[in-house]
Amino acid sequence: MTTFKTQHNRRSFMKLSTAAGGGMVLGFSWLLSCKPTGNQTVAEVVREMPKEWFDINSFIKIGDNGLVTIMSPNPEIGQNVKTSMPMIVAEELDVAWKDVVVEQAAFNGTKYERQVAGGSQSIKQGWQSLRMAGATVRKMLVNTAAKQWEVEAKDCKTADGFVISPTGEKIGYGELAKSAATMEVPEEASLKDPKDFKIIGHDTPNVDINDIITGKPLFGIDTKREGMQYASVMRPPSFGKKLVSYDDSEAKGVNGVTGVYQIGDKVAVVAKSNWSAIKGKKAIKAVWEDGDKLESSAEHDKTLLALLDKKAKEPKRNDGNVDKAMREADEVFERVYEAPFLPHNCLEPMNFFADVKEDKIETYGPIQTPAWTQNRIAGALGMIDEKTEDDAKKDALSKISIGMSRMGGGFGRRLYGDFAEEAAQISQAAKTPIQLLFTREDDMQAGTYRPASKYKFKVAIKDGAITGYHLTEAAFNSGMWDSIGQNFPAGAIENCRVDSNIAESNITTGAWRAPITNFLAFAEQSFLSELAEKMEKDPIDFRIDLFKQAKAKPQGELAYDVDKSIGVIELVKAKSNWGNAADGVHQGISAYYSHNTYVAEVADVVLKDGKPVVQKLTCAIDCGIVVNPIAAKNQAQGGVIDGIGHAMYGDFTFKDGKPSYSNFHEYRLIRMDEAPEVDVHFVKSTNDPTGLGEPTLPPAGGAVANAIHSATGKRFYKQPFINNKDILG
Amino acid sequence: MSTYKIKVNGKEHQVDVDPDTPLLWVLRDNLNLVGTKYGCGIAQCGACTIHLDGKAARSCSVPISAVADNSITTIEGLSEKGNHPVQNAWREHDVPQCGYCQAGQIMSASALLKNNSSPSDSDIDGAMRGNICRCGTYVKIKAAIKTAAKNT
Repeated sequence: MTTFKTQHNRRSFMKLSTAAGGGMVLGFSWLLSCKPTGNQTVAEVVREMPKEWFDINSFIKIGDNGLVTIMSPNPEIGQNVKTSMPMIVAEELDVAWKDVVVEQAAFNGTKYERQVAGGSQSIKQGWQSLRMAGATVRKMLVNTAAKQWEVEAKDCKTADGFVISPTGEKIGYGELAKSAATMEVPEEASLKDPKDFKIIGHDTPNVDINDIITGKPLFGIDTKREGMQYASVMRPPSFGKKLVSYDDSEAKGVNGVTGVYQIGDKVAVVAKSNWSAIKGKKAIKAVWEDGDKLESSAEHDKTLLALLDKKAKEPKRNDGNVDKAMREADEVFERVYEAPFLPHNCLEPMNFFADVKEDKIETYGPIQTPAWTQNRIAGALGMIDEKTEDDAKKDALSKISIGMSRMGGGFGRRLYGDFAEEAAQISQAAKTPIQLLFTREDDMQAGTYRPASKYKFKVAIKDGAITGYHLTEAAFNSGMWDSIGQNFPAGAIENCRVDSNIAESNITTGAWRAPITNFLAFAEQSFLSELAEKMEKDPIDFRIDLFKQAKAKPQGELAYDVDKSIGVIELVKAKSNWGNAADGVHQGISAYYSHNTYVAEVADVVLKDGKPVVQKLTCAIDCGIVVNPIAAKNQAQGGVIDGIGHAMYGDFTFKDGKPSYSNFHEYRLIRMDEAPEVDVHFVKSTNDPTGLGEPTLPPAGGAVANAIHSATGKRFYKQPFINNKDILG
Repeated sequence: MSTYKIKVNGKEHQVDVDPDTPLLWVLRDNLNLVGTKYGCGIAQCGACTIHLDGKAARSCSVPISAVADNSITTIEGLSEKGNHPVQNAWREHDVPQCGYCQAGQIMSASALLKNNSSPSDSDIDGAMRGNICRCGTYVKIKAAIKTAAKNT
């Protein structure tokens, strides 16, 4: 049990306005909106909804019959936070999960902190505050009961939504809620000992499972509002092109089209149905001109390759003297790895609802960053600019509401609210509520792509030891942030330098699931295995020896935990039967630390008709306490399959600014028959949890590449692998 | 615009739309059956899978004018209480991540099991290859189909 001061948590408590009936929330419209449609456990017990709900804090409302609504603060993109974050609150509140109704919170900067889906940080950063929110309310309920019973609060216990007196008397949270809601927030409260957890660490079904499998409206694209119309947007066909003029006479003749509006270099068609809007857009005749450089992948390659030979002004890491180590080496060994731009291809294409009125702007849809998007919308509508004073800005932002739907994938694309901005601009121009939908072609061709990048690894070998390590990155628009430069094997090698060189491109780029490391990990782990082979060492022993070297004699600061790094490698070694695989099974190892989570993976490859096929991947993870094991396993399997899929097939190029592919007949995503079995193992831990949305993805490509090398003797240096006919046939 | 009578989930509907309107958009925009999803519009991702006359079909590529009197089943009509063996298996395995593709996956899986009560791994691969899951829940989908087959 850990005691904490609740003032750190006071922000999450609503100002308990006694004027509004002692914090009591009554309202039938609200009751209707929070029916537990998505919660199987509640649906199963077929419980009556409470007659009254009591707002206790911004996460918790308790009904008079003991039903508890827990607000899920963060955007849900498939990473399970809508289930796992409320589980953490429920655990400390000490309520039975079957009595919990989960409701998605809208964006509210004063009630919640960090309403973002990104960087695998929701659980890690929410852990303490969610626990405290639950524990504080539990304390308030205990205090209320103790007062009624005229006993000491410290002598009372709780279990499954009841306070229990020293004599064993029980009173339900529902009966206590009204009084508890008016109570002062206690000065201190206590957190459970993890060994007493009843919800955390237990398989808990997705709260939206019933709605998902019966097709209920859950996603942004499913939004329907009174008077709403649909919008489709024609954008420049190539990066660098500008709109000169357009002829909309034919578009306006399409059944259902109600208006055509120019918004900068784009033309928006508004119509009574999606199909009319899409048809209308196709009927627009636009004239484009070259406004900027039209870039092509062939030049991109030349630009990046040239940058690989340069040193950055300020290296990300610089231990010892890498140049001297190279000069004095018996042998210098280097390899270059190359990756293309990648679109995100969320299966639910970008979309957003907006209703822009003079004094009120309502928006709703799938967005990973509601706070940032609120600002973007205010800027796009001309409500604020850099010069706007704080008070005026606050006033402008207060007029914009951002509702968050469940998202049909995010992968980083929905960090960027360009589509929400467009929706608001169209609604403003058309003076009507609209739902903007990107067609798949729009989605794939007007993306914020994972930037193309190349990496050069160079090591100095002297007297059978690695004496120097030099990593150089070349990428467009953005590259590794400082902490990535500190990753293993930095810290293990005396002379180590990491350089990042960035070139500019007018192709919009941004974060893509496990930014940078989604490719860097493949490059590094392929290189380390090739280096191990060159030095005639088992690739697992080689890695473990380097980690031990880092622990015994750390060079500079160590940005990773050596024991945890070795722990996952040892676990995957045992679980994958490393070294004792069945006849015909060829294995490859990869291990990578990202987003605060340690992961090691072993791929099993077999040869079918002489071609390598990935049969299985074993994955070991140290993410601290596993909040919801069934979903964590799912997340890990998905990350691995996503990692394999994009390493194998993810291909995207540009010719004169135009994206090479427009839809799934050209762009290949991994499909069921190509997905291997994924066997997931978690290190048992009592450490605070870290995230799982991204960390299993980065090592996957390297594990597969190294296993294919074991099977064929050949190595990949470029993604996607599928373009290497020499290996894959 | 033309008038079409279609039978969806056992109920007759009359819609006034252009003949080239994909069934997907009629279901979503006209009949408010939004469980059937838009993913690609060219029958490559399977998010829009429905049953047309009992067989899996990609509703994004079926123009309303081609539906005629073929009966249509969508995810909303697969079972009355959300308890089709495939839906039960999806619940048991807690299959979804984001959930967007799952209606299409369930419609493809239920069409497969209708004709093949004990599909092999390669039967499952063959029937499900047309359905993309961007989150990569394939391992769970396959396990759930096997459970559903057992319980059918």
